[in-house]
Amino acid sequence: MVGWFRITSYICVLKNLIPMNQLVKIINSSVGRKLIMALTGLFLCTFLLEHLYGNILLYNNDGGEAFDEYSHSMVHNLLIRIVEVLLFAAIIVHAFQGIVLTRKNAAARPVNYAIKKDSETSSWFSRNMMLTGAFVLFFIVVHLYSFFVPYRISGLDEGQAVSQLVKESFENGWYSLFYFVSVLLLASHLNHGFQSAFQTMGINNKKYSPLIKIGGTAFAVLIFLGFASFPVVFYFGWMG
Amino acid sequence: MSETINLTLKIWRQKNSASAGQFVSYEMPGVSTHMSFLEMMDVLNEKLISKGEEPVAFDHDCREGICGMCSMFISGRAHGKLKGTTTCQLHMRHFADGEIITVEPWRAAPFPVIKDLVVDRTPLDKIIQAGGYVSVNTGSAQDANCLPVPKKDADEAMDAAACIGCGACVAACKNASAMLFLSAKVSQLALLPQGQPERKERILNMLSAHDEAGFGNCTNTGACEAECPKEISISHIARLNREFLGANV
Ligand code: FES
Repeated sequence: MVGWFRITSYICVLKNLIPMNQLVKIINSSVGRKLIMALTGLFLCTFLLEHLYGNILLYNNDGGEAFDEYSHSMVHNLLIRIVEVLLFAAIIVHAFQGIVLTRKNAAARPVNYAIKKDSETSSWFSRNMMLTGAFVLFFIVVHLYSFFVPYRISGLDEGQAVSQLVKESFENGWYSLFYFVSVLLLASHLNHGFQSAFQTMGINNKKYSPLIKIGGTAFAVLIFLGFASFPVVFYFGWMG
Repeated sequence: MSETINLTLKIWRQKNSASAGQFVSYEMPGVSTHMSFLEMMDVLNEKLISKGEEPVAFDHDCREGICGMCSMFISGRAHGKLKGTTTCQLHMRHFADGEIITVEPWRAAPFPVIKDLVVDRTPLDKIIQAGGYVSVNTGSAQDANCLPVPKKDADEAMDAAACIGCGACVAACKNASAMLFLSAKVSQLALLPQGQPERKERILNMLSAHDEAGFGNCTNTGACEAECPKEISISHIARLNREFLGANV
Protein backbone atom coordinates (compact mmCIF):
# COMPACT_ATOMS: atom_id res chain seq x y z
CA MET A 1 0.00 0.00 0.00
CA VAL A 2 2.76 2.40 1.01
CA GLY A 3 4.74 1.34 -2.03
CA TRP A 4 1.80 1.99 -4.30
CA PHE A 5 1.33 5.41 -2.75
CA ARG A 6 4.96 6.17 -3.38
CA ILE A 7 4.66 5.22 -7.06
CA THR A 8 1.61 7.38 -7.61
CA SER A 9 3.26 10.33 -5.91
CA TYR A 10 6.30 9.89 -8.15
CA ILE A 11 3.99 9.95 -11.17
CA CYS A 12 2.42 13.16 -9.89
CA VAL A 13 5.85 14.80 -9.57
CA LEU A 14 6.79 13.62 -13.05
CA LYS A 15 3.56 14.99 -14.47
CA ASN A 16 4.40 18.41 -13.11
CA LEU A 17 7.87 18.25 -14.56
CA ILE A 18 6.66 17.35 -18.04
CA PRO A 19 3.51 19.19 -19.02
CA MET A 20 1.75 16.25 -20.65
CA ASN A 21 -0.99 18.29 -22.29
CA GLN A 22 1.58 20.39 -24.06
CA LEU A 23 3.51 17.34 -25.19
CA VAL A 24 0.40 15.73 -26.61
CA LYS A 25 -0.43 18.99 -28.37
CA ILE A 26 3.02 19.19 -29.93
CA ILE A 27 2.91 15.59 -31.11
CA ASN A 28 -0.57 15.95 -32.55
CA SER A 29 0.09 19.19 -34.40
CA SER A 30 0.95 19.06 -38.08
CA VAL A 31 4.44 20.46 -37.54
CA GLY A 32 5.01 18.14 -34.58
CA ARG A 33 4.08 15.14 -36.69
CA LYS A 34 6.51 16.00 -39.40
CA LEU A 35 9.23 16.64 -36.84
CA ILE A 36 8.72 13.08 -35.67
CA MET A 37 9.02 11.92 -39.29
CA ALA A 38 12.22 13.92 -39.72
CA LEU A 39 13.93 12.77 -36.54
CA THR A 40 13.06 9.09 -36.90
CA GLY A 41 13.94 9.28 -40.60
CA LEU A 42 17.40 10.71 -39.98
CA PHE A 43 18.02 8.15 -37.26
CA LEU A 44 17.16 5.40 -39.72
CA CYS A 45 19.62 6.97 -42.19
CA THR A 46 22.46 6.52 -39.71
CA PHE A 47 21.48 2.87 -39.40
CA LEU A 48 21.69 2.43 -43.17
CA LEU A 49 25.30 3.60 -43.12
CA GLU A 50 26.17 1.18 -40.34
CA HIS A 51 24.39 -1.65 -42.18
CA LEU A 52 26.20 -0.84 -45.42
CA TYR A 53 29.53 -0.88 -43.63
CA GLY A 54 28.73 -4.32 -42.23
CA ASN A 55 27.66 -5.69 -45.60
CA ILE A 56 30.76 -4.44 -47.36
CA LEU A 57 32.73 -6.86 -45.18
CA LEU A 58 31.22 -9.55 -47.42
CA TYR A 59 33.62 -8.33 -50.10
CA ASN A 60 36.60 -9.30 -47.94
CA ASN A 61 38.13 -12.26 -49.68
CA ASP A 62 38.04 -14.42 -46.58
CA GLY A 63 35.05 -16.72 -47.09
CA GLY A 64 32.80 -14.39 -45.11
CA GLU A 65 34.85 -14.52 -41.94
CA ALA A 66 35.00 -10.77 -41.30
CA PHE A 67 31.26 -10.43 -41.93
CA ASP A 68 30.44 -13.30 -39.59
CA GLU A 69 32.67 -11.91 -36.88
CA TYR A 70 31.13 -8.48 -37.25
CA SER A 71 27.60 -9.90 -37.05
CA HIS A 72 28.58 -11.87 -33.99
CA SER A 73 30.10 -8.86 -32.24
CA MET A 74 27.03 -6.74 -32.97
CA VAL A 75 24.74 -9.29 -31.37
CA HIS A 76 26.90 -9.47 -28.27
CA ASN A 77 27.25 -5.76 -27.74
CA LEU A 78 24.88 -4.41 -25.10
CA LEU A 79 24.86 -0.90 -26.53
CA ILE A 80 23.96 -2.23 -29.98
CA ARG A 81 21.16 -4.30 -28.47
CA ILE A 82 19.70 -1.18 -26.85
CA VAL A 83 20.01 0.81 -30.08
CA GLU A 84 18.35 -2.10 -31.86
CA VAL A 85 15.23 -1.62 -29.76
CA LEU A 86 15.26 2.08 -30.64
CA LEU A 87 15.68 1.13 -34.27
CA PHE A 88 12.58 -1.06 -34.31
CA ALA A 89 10.68 1.65 -32.46
CA ALA A 90 11.80 4.24 -35.01
CA ILE A 91 10.67 2.07 -37.93
CA ILE A 92 7.26 1.53 -36.33
CA VAL A 93 6.76 5.20 -35.40
CA HIS A 94 7.97 6.43 -38.81
CA ALA A 95 5.69 4.03 -40.67
CA PHE A 96 2.70 4.64 -38.42
CA GLN A 97 3.06 8.41 -38.55
CA GLY A 98 3.51 8.24 -42.33
CA ILE A 99 0.22 6.36 -42.69
CA VAL A 100 -1.61 8.77 -40.37
CA LEU A 101 -0.29 11.77 -42.31
CA THR A 102 -1.16 10.25 -45.67
CA ARG A 103 -4.73 9.57 -44.54
CA LYS A 104 -5.14 13.06 -43.10
CA ASN A 105 -3.73 14.61 -46.25
CA ALA A 106 -6.08 12.62 -48.45
CA ALA A 107 -8.99 13.79 -46.29
CA ALA A 108 -7.92 17.41 -46.85
CA ARG A 109 -8.75 17.02 -50.55
CA PRO A 110 -11.94 14.96 -50.78
CA VAL A 111 -12.68 16.06 -54.36
CA ASN A 112 -9.82 15.76 -56.82
CA TYR A 113 -9.07 17.96 -59.78
CA ALA A 114 -9.99 16.68 -63.23
CA ILE A 115 -6.57 17.84 -64.43
CA LYS A 116 -3.61 18.51 -62.14
CA LYS A 117 -0.12 18.91 -63.54
CA ASP A 118 1.88 18.04 -60.47
CA SER A 119 4.99 17.15 -62.40
CA GLU A 120 5.40 20.81 -63.39
CA THR A 121 5.55 21.98 -59.78
CA SER A 122 7.15 19.23 -57.70
CA SER A 123 9.39 16.18 -58.00
CA TRP A 124 8.16 12.61 -58.42
CA PHE A 125 10.19 11.63 -55.35
CA SER A 126 8.49 14.16 -53.10
CA ARG A 127 4.99 13.13 -54.20
CA ASN A 128 5.44 9.39 -53.82
CA MET A 129 6.87 9.04 -50.34
CA MET A 130 3.99 6.86 -49.19
CA LEU A 131 4.34 4.54 -52.18
CA THR A 132 8.11 4.15 -51.89
CA GLY A 133 7.86 4.03 -48.10
CA ALA A 134 5.22 1.29 -48.13
CA PHE A 135 7.32 -0.82 -50.47
CA VAL A 136 10.39 -0.34 -48.29
CA LEU A 137 8.39 -1.36 -45.22
CA PHE A 138 7.24 -4.51 -47.00
CA PHE A 139 10.84 -5.15 -47.96
CA ILE A 140 11.97 -4.72 -44.34
CA VAL A 141 9.48 -7.34 -43.20
CA VAL A 142 10.67 -9.83 -45.83
CA HIS A 143 14.27 -8.93 -45.13
CA LEU A 144 13.86 -9.52 -41.39
CA TYR A 145 12.17 -12.81 -42.13
CA SER A 146 14.98 -14.01 -44.36
CA PHE A 147 17.96 -12.90 -42.21
CA PHE A 148 17.04 -11.58 -38.78
CA VAL A 149 14.64 -14.39 -37.88
CA PRO A 150 16.95 -17.33 -38.72
CA TYR A 151 20.01 -15.61 -37.27
CA ARG A 152 18.47 -14.35 -34.07
CA ILE A 153 15.31 -16.28 -33.33
CA SER A 154 14.82 -19.64 -35.05
CA GLY A 155 18.53 -20.36 -35.41
CA LEU A 156 20.71 -21.14 -38.40
CA ASP A 157 21.18 -24.62 -39.79
CA GLU A 158 23.90 -26.68 -38.19
CA GLY A 159 27.31 -25.36 -39.21
CA GLN A 160 25.89 -22.61 -41.43
CA ALA A 161 27.50 -19.15 -41.20
CA VAL A 162 25.35 -16.10 -41.61
CA SER A 163 27.49 -14.97 -44.56
CA GLN A 164 26.63 -18.27 -46.18
CA LEU A 165 22.93 -17.61 -45.70
CA VAL A 166 23.27 -14.20 -47.34
CA LYS A 167 25.12 -15.52 -50.36
CA GLU A 168 22.70 -18.40 -50.82
CA SER A 169 19.70 -16.07 -50.66
CA PHE A 170 21.11 -13.99 -53.49
CA GLU A 171 21.50 -17.06 -55.67
CA ASN A 172 17.74 -16.89 -56.08
CA GLY A 173 17.10 -14.55 -59.02
CA TRP A 174 13.67 -13.45 -57.85
CA TYR A 175 14.96 -12.61 -54.41
CA SER A 176 17.87 -10.67 -55.88
CA LEU A 177 15.56 -8.75 -58.19
CA PHE A 178 13.21 -7.95 -55.32
CA TYR A 179 16.16 -6.75 -53.24
CA PHE A 180 17.46 -4.62 -56.11
CA VAL A 181 14.08 -2.94 -56.74
CA SER A 182 13.58 -2.35 -53.01
CA VAL A 183 16.92 -0.62 -52.72
CA LEU A 184 16.07 1.52 -55.74
CA LEU A 185 12.81 2.62 -54.11
CA LEU A 186 14.59 3.17 -50.81
CA ALA A 187 16.99 5.49 -52.61
CA SER A 188 14.03 7.39 -54.12
CA HIS A 189 12.60 7.72 -50.64
CA LEU A 190 15.90 9.06 -49.31
CA ASN A 191 16.37 11.47 -52.18
CA HIS A 192 13.43 13.51 -50.94
CA GLY A 193 13.41 12.44 -47.31
CA PHE A 194 16.95 13.43 -46.38
CA GLN A 195 16.74 17.06 -47.47
CA SER A 196 13.11 17.29 -46.40
CA ALA A 197 14.11 16.41 -42.83
CA PHE A 198 16.39 19.43 -42.68
CA GLN A 199 13.67 21.73 -43.98
CA THR A 200 11.36 20.32 -41.29
CA MET A 201 13.92 21.01 -38.60
CA GLY A 202 13.98 24.61 -39.78
CA ILE A 203 17.28 24.48 -41.63
CA ASN A 204 16.85 26.29 -44.92
CA ASN A 205 19.10 29.06 -46.10
CA LYS A 206 20.74 30.16 -49.31
CA LYS A 207 24.17 28.99 -48.24
CA TYR A 208 23.54 25.46 -46.94
CA SER A 209 20.30 24.30 -48.56
CA PRO A 210 21.81 23.59 -51.99
CA LEU A 211 24.54 21.61 -50.22
CA ILE A 212 21.99 19.65 -48.17
CA LYS A 213 20.03 18.85 -51.33
CA ILE A 214 23.12 17.63 -53.14
CA GLY A 215 24.14 15.75 -50.00
CA GLY A 216 20.73 14.06 -49.85
CA THR A 217 20.94 12.91 -53.44
CA ALA A 218 24.55 11.79 -52.96
CA PHE A 219 23.49 9.82 -49.88
CA ALA A 220 20.64 8.20 -51.83
CA VAL A 221 23.00 7.27 -54.68
CA LEU A 222 25.56 5.88 -52.23
CA ILE A 223 22.93 3.74 -50.52
CA PHE A 224 21.64 2.54 -53.87
CA LEU A 225 25.03 1.66 -55.34
CA GLY A 226 26.19 0.12 -52.09
CA PHE A 227 23.24 -2.13 -51.35
CA ALA A 228 22.26 -2.88 -54.95
CA SER A 229 25.75 -4.22 -55.56
CA PHE A 230 25.17 -7.26 -53.29
CA PRO A 231 22.39 -8.98 -55.25
CA VAL A 232 24.21 -8.22 -58.51
CA VAL A 233 27.61 -9.46 -57.38
CA PHE A 234 26.34 -12.60 -55.66
CA TYR A 235 23.69 -13.51 -58.19
CA PHE A 236 26.14 -13.39 -61.07
CA GLY A 237 28.68 -15.15 -58.92
CA TRP A 238 31.37 -12.49 -59.28
CA MET A 239 32.56 -13.33 -55.79
CA GLY A 240 33.20 -16.74 -54.35
CA MET B 1 1.27 36.34 -83.61
CA SER B 2 -2.38 36.40 -84.54
CA GLU B 3 -4.52 38.88 -82.62
CA THR B 4 -7.37 36.48 -81.95
CA ILE B 5 -7.56 32.80 -81.03
CA ASN B 6 -10.36 30.25 -80.88
CA LEU B 7 -10.74 28.39 -77.63
CA THR B 8 -12.87 25.74 -75.98
CA LEU B 9 -13.52 26.26 -72.28
CA LYS B 10 -14.43 23.37 -70.00
CA ILE B 11 -15.74 25.07 -66.90
CA TRP B 12 -16.87 23.57 -63.60
CA ARG B 13 -20.48 24.57 -63.03
CA GLN B 14 -22.08 23.99 -59.65
CA LYS B 15 -25.31 25.63 -58.57
CA ASN B 16 -24.52 25.78 -54.86
CA SER B 17 -22.56 24.00 -52.17
CA ALA B 18 -25.26 21.36 -51.74
CA SER B 19 -25.62 20.35 -55.37
CA ALA B 20 -23.31 18.20 -57.45
CA GLY B 21 -21.38 19.98 -60.15
CA GLN B 22 -20.19 19.05 -63.61
CA PHE B 23 -18.07 20.38 -66.45
CA VAL B 24 -19.79 22.37 -69.19
CA SER B 25 -18.03 23.16 -72.48
CA TYR B 26 -18.24 26.58 -74.14
CA GLU B 27 -16.89 27.52 -77.55
CA MET B 28 -15.07 30.86 -77.50
CA PRO B 29 -14.21 31.93 -81.06
CA GLY B 30 -12.22 35.12 -81.75
CA VAL B 31 -10.75 35.73 -78.29
CA SER B 32 -8.41 38.73 -78.38
CA THR B 33 -4.93 37.79 -77.19
CA HIS B 34 -4.70 41.15 -75.41
CA MET B 35 -7.46 40.19 -72.99
CA SER B 36 -6.75 38.96 -69.50
CA PHE B 37 -8.21 35.62 -68.46
CA LEU B 38 -10.90 37.36 -66.40
CA GLU B 39 -11.81 39.64 -69.29
CA MET B 40 -12.26 36.55 -71.42
CA MET B 41 -14.54 35.18 -68.69
CA ASP B 42 -16.47 38.48 -68.77
CA VAL B 43 -17.01 38.06 -72.51
CA LEU B 44 -18.28 34.54 -71.92
CA ASN B 45 -20.64 35.75 -69.21
CA GLU B 46 -22.03 38.52 -71.42
CA LYS B 47 -22.79 35.91 -74.05
CA LEU B 48 -24.46 33.66 -71.47
CA ILE B 49 -26.55 36.53 -70.11
CA SER B 50 -27.70 37.58 -73.59
CA LYS B 51 -28.76 34.00 -74.17
CA GLY B 52 -30.68 34.05 -70.90
CA GLU B 53 -28.33 31.58 -69.19
CA GLU B 54 -26.77 31.79 -65.75
CA PRO B 55 -23.32 33.48 -65.92
CA VAL B 56 -20.27 31.69 -64.45
CA ALA B 57 -19.64 32.84 -60.88
CA PHE B 58 -15.98 33.59 -60.12
CA ASP B 59 -14.15 35.66 -57.53
CA HIS B 60 -12.30 38.83 -58.53
CA ASP B 61 -11.73 42.32 -57.24
CA CYS B 62 -8.63 44.40 -57.98
CA ARG B 63 -7.73 42.77 -61.29
CA GLU B 64 -4.18 44.00 -60.83
CA GLY B 65 -2.67 41.08 -58.90
CA ILE B 66 -2.79 42.54 -55.39
CA CYS B 67 -6.02 41.47 -53.71
CA GLY B 68 -5.85 37.69 -54.02
CA MET B 69 -9.53 37.26 -54.86
CA CYS B 70 -9.17 35.61 -58.25
CA SER B 71 -8.72 31.89 -57.85
CA MET B 72 -8.97 29.59 -60.81
CA PHE B 73 -7.32 26.25 -61.40
CA ILE B 74 -6.54 26.53 -65.10
CA SER B 75 -5.65 23.39 -67.08
CA GLY B 76 -4.08 21.68 -64.10
CA ARG B 77 -2.26 24.67 -62.59
CA ALA B 78 -3.26 27.19 -59.90
CA HIS B 79 -3.65 30.60 -61.63
CA GLY B 80 -2.53 28.95 -64.87
CA LYS B 81 0.90 27.84 -65.96
CA LEU B 82 2.62 31.23 -65.90
CA LYS B 83 5.05 31.70 -63.03
CA GLY B 84 4.40 34.35 -60.37
CA THR B 85 1.07 35.43 -61.86
CA THR B 86 -2.49 35.71 -60.62
CA THR B 87 -5.39 34.70 -62.88
CA CYS B 88 -6.29 38.36 -63.42
CA GLN B 89 -2.77 39.06 -64.68
CA LEU B 90 -2.70 36.05 -66.98
CA HIS B 91 -3.19 37.14 -70.58
CA MET B 92 -4.68 35.18 -73.42
CA ARG B 93 -1.51 35.52 -75.52
CA HIS B 94 -0.13 32.66 -73.39
CA PHE B 95 -2.68 30.26 -74.87
CA ALA B 96 -2.57 28.57 -78.24
CA ASP B 97 -5.19 28.76 -80.96
CA GLY B 98 -7.57 25.81 -80.68
CA GLU B 99 -6.61 25.06 -77.08
CA ILE B 100 -9.06 23.35 -74.72
CA ILE B 101 -8.83 25.07 -71.34
CA THR B 102 -10.15 23.37 -68.21
CA VAL B 103 -11.19 25.71 -65.41
CA GLU B 104 -11.81 24.34 -61.91
CA PRO B 105 -12.32 25.86 -58.48
CA TRP B 106 -9.68 25.44 -55.72
CA ARG B 107 -10.13 21.94 -54.33
CA ALA B 108 -9.67 21.47 -50.57
CA ALA B 109 -11.87 20.27 -47.73
CA PRO B 110 -11.65 23.63 -45.90
CA PHE B 111 -12.60 25.47 -49.15
CA PRO B 112 -16.12 24.27 -50.01
CA VAL B 113 -17.47 25.41 -53.37
CA ILE B 114 -20.07 28.14 -52.93
CA LYS B 115 -20.98 28.38 -56.60
CA ASP B 116 -19.19 27.48 -59.86
CA LEU B 117 -15.62 28.69 -59.38
CA VAL B 118 -16.19 30.53 -56.09
CA VAL B 119 -14.95 28.81 -52.93
CA ASP B 120 -15.24 29.81 -49.30
CA ARG B 121 -11.78 30.85 -48.11
CA THR B 122 -12.74 32.04 -44.62
CA PRO B 123 -10.51 29.39 -42.97
CA LEU B 124 -7.57 31.56 -44.07
CA ASP B 125 -9.14 34.49 -42.20
CA LYS B 126 -9.59 32.24 -39.17
CA ILE B 127 -5.84 31.58 -39.19
CA ILE B 128 -5.16 35.34 -39.22
CA GLN B 129 -7.69 35.90 -36.42
CA ALA B 130 -5.82 33.36 -34.30
CA GLY B 131 -2.72 35.55 -34.13
CA GLY B 132 -1.68 37.07 -37.44
CA TYR B 133 -1.60 40.58 -36.03
CA VAL B 134 0.23 42.83 -33.60
CA SER B 135 -1.80 44.11 -30.65
CA VAL B 136 -1.37 47.84 -30.20
CA ASN B 137 -3.81 48.93 -27.58
CA THR B 138 -3.00 52.60 -27.20
CA GLY B 139 -1.13 55.59 -28.63
CA SER B 140 -0.09 56.46 -32.13
CA ALA B 141 2.72 54.91 -34.15
CA GLN B 142 6.14 56.02 -32.98
CA ASP B 143 8.87 57.39 -35.18
CA ALA B 144 10.06 54.61 -37.49
CA ASN B 145 13.72 55.36 -36.76
CA CYS B 146 13.23 54.44 -33.09
CA LEU B 147 12.94 50.79 -34.09
CA PRO B 148 16.06 49.82 -35.98
CA VAL B 149 15.49 46.85 -38.29
CA PRO B 150 18.37 45.28 -40.21
CA LYS B 151 17.95 45.66 -43.97
CA LYS B 152 18.06 41.88 -44.48
CA ASP B 153 15.23 41.30 -42.00
CA ALA B 154 13.17 44.13 -43.43
CA ASP B 155 13.57 42.66 -46.92
CA GLU B 156 12.64 39.16 -45.83
CA ALA B 157 9.63 40.40 -43.86
CA MET B 158 8.56 42.33 -46.95
CA ASP B 159 8.89 39.21 -49.11
CA ALA B 160 6.63 37.33 -46.70
CA ALA B 161 4.19 40.24 -46.48
CA ALA B 162 3.72 40.04 -50.24
CA CYS B 163 1.31 37.13 -49.61
CA ILE B 164 -2.12 38.11 -50.89
CA GLY B 165 -3.89 35.15 -49.28
CA CYS B 166 -5.29 33.82 -52.56
CA GLY B 167 -4.97 30.18 -51.48
CA ALA B 168 -3.02 29.00 -54.54
CA CYS B 169 -0.62 27.24 -52.17
CA VAL B 170 -3.51 25.18 -50.79
CA ALA B 171 -4.88 24.54 -54.27
CA ALA B 172 -1.53 23.37 -55.63
CA CYS B 173 -0.37 21.32 -52.63
CA LYS B 174 -1.03 17.61 -53.03
CA ASN B 175 -2.01 17.62 -49.35
CA ALA B 176 -4.12 20.79 -49.50
CA SER B 177 -1.89 22.28 -46.81
CA ALA B 178 -1.96 26.02 -46.10
CA MET B 179 1.53 25.95 -44.65
CA LEU B 180 3.00 28.48 -47.09
CA PHE B 181 0.24 30.98 -46.28
CA LEU B 182 0.63 30.37 -42.56
CA SER B 183 4.40 30.63 -42.73
CA ALA B 184 4.27 33.92 -44.63
CA LYS B 185 2.00 35.41 -41.99
CA VAL B 186 4.11 34.09 -39.10
CA SER B 187 7.37 35.05 -40.77
CA GLN B 188 6.56 38.68 -41.52
CA LEU B 189 5.91 39.34 -37.83
CA ALA B 190 8.63 37.10 -36.40
CA LEU B 191 11.23 39.13 -38.30
CA LEU B 192 10.14 42.52 -37.00
CA PRO B 193 10.47 44.03 -33.51
CA GLN B 194 6.72 44.70 -33.33
CA GLY B 195 6.03 41.01 -33.61
CA GLN B 196 8.14 39.94 -30.64
CA PRO B 197 5.79 40.27 -27.62
CA GLU B 198 3.23 37.83 -29.03
CA ARG B 199 5.70 35.69 -30.94
CA LYS B 200 5.26 32.43 -29.03
CA GLU B 201 1.48 32.38 -28.71
CA ARG B 202 1.19 33.48 -32.32
CA ILE B 203 2.77 30.42 -33.87
CA LEU B 204 1.00 27.99 -31.55
CA ASN B 205 -2.44 29.55 -31.98
CA MET B 206 -2.16 30.07 -35.72
CA LEU B 207 -0.93 26.53 -36.23
CA SER B 208 -3.86 25.17 -34.20
CA ALA B 209 -6.26 27.20 -36.32
CA HIS B 210 -4.60 25.83 -39.46
CA ASP B 211 -4.88 22.22 -38.28
CA GLU B 212 -8.41 22.60 -36.95
CA ALA B 213 -9.64 24.00 -40.26
CA GLY B 214 -8.76 20.65 -41.86
CA PHE B 215 -5.84 21.71 -44.05
CA GLY B 216 -3.36 18.93 -44.78
CA ASN B 217 0.17 18.51 -43.51
CA CYS B 218 3.16 19.90 -45.34
CA THR B 219 5.41 17.23 -46.86
CA ASN B 220 7.92 19.66 -48.37
CA THR B 221 7.11 18.96 -52.02
CA GLY B 222 7.58 22.64 -52.87
CA ALA B 223 4.53 22.80 -55.18
CA CYS B 224 3.27 25.82 -53.20
CA GLU B 225 6.29 28.00 -53.86
CA ALA B 226 6.20 27.01 -57.53
CA GLU B 227 2.58 28.19 -57.82
CA CYS B 228 2.56 31.20 -55.46
CA PRO B 229 1.77 34.28 -57.55
CA LYS B 230 4.01 36.27 -55.18
CA GLU B 231 6.78 33.63 -55.38
CA ILE B 232 7.02 33.27 -51.61
CA SER B 233 9.76 30.80 -50.71
CA ILE B 234 9.36 27.70 -48.58
CA SER B 235 12.28 29.01 -46.54
CA HIS B 236 9.46 30.77 -44.66
CA ILE B 237 8.03 27.33 -43.83
CA ALA B 238 11.43 26.42 -42.39
CA ARG B 239 11.24 29.56 -40.26
CA LEU B 240 7.74 28.55 -39.15
CA ASN B 241 9.16 25.18 -38.08
CA ARG B 242 11.88 26.99 -36.11
CA GLU B 243 9.29 29.25 -34.52
CA PHE B 244 7.32 26.17 -33.52
CA LEU B 245 10.39 24.60 -31.91
CA GLY B 246 11.27 27.89 -30.22
CA ALA B 247 7.79 28.29 -28.79
CA ASN B 248 7.80 24.79 -27.32
CA VAL B 249 11.23 24.51 -25.73
S1 FES C 1 -8.42 40.03 -58.85
FE1 FES C 1 -7.13 40.86 -57.28
S2 FES C 1 -5.43 39.56 -57.47
FE2 FES C 1 -6.60 38.89 -59.14
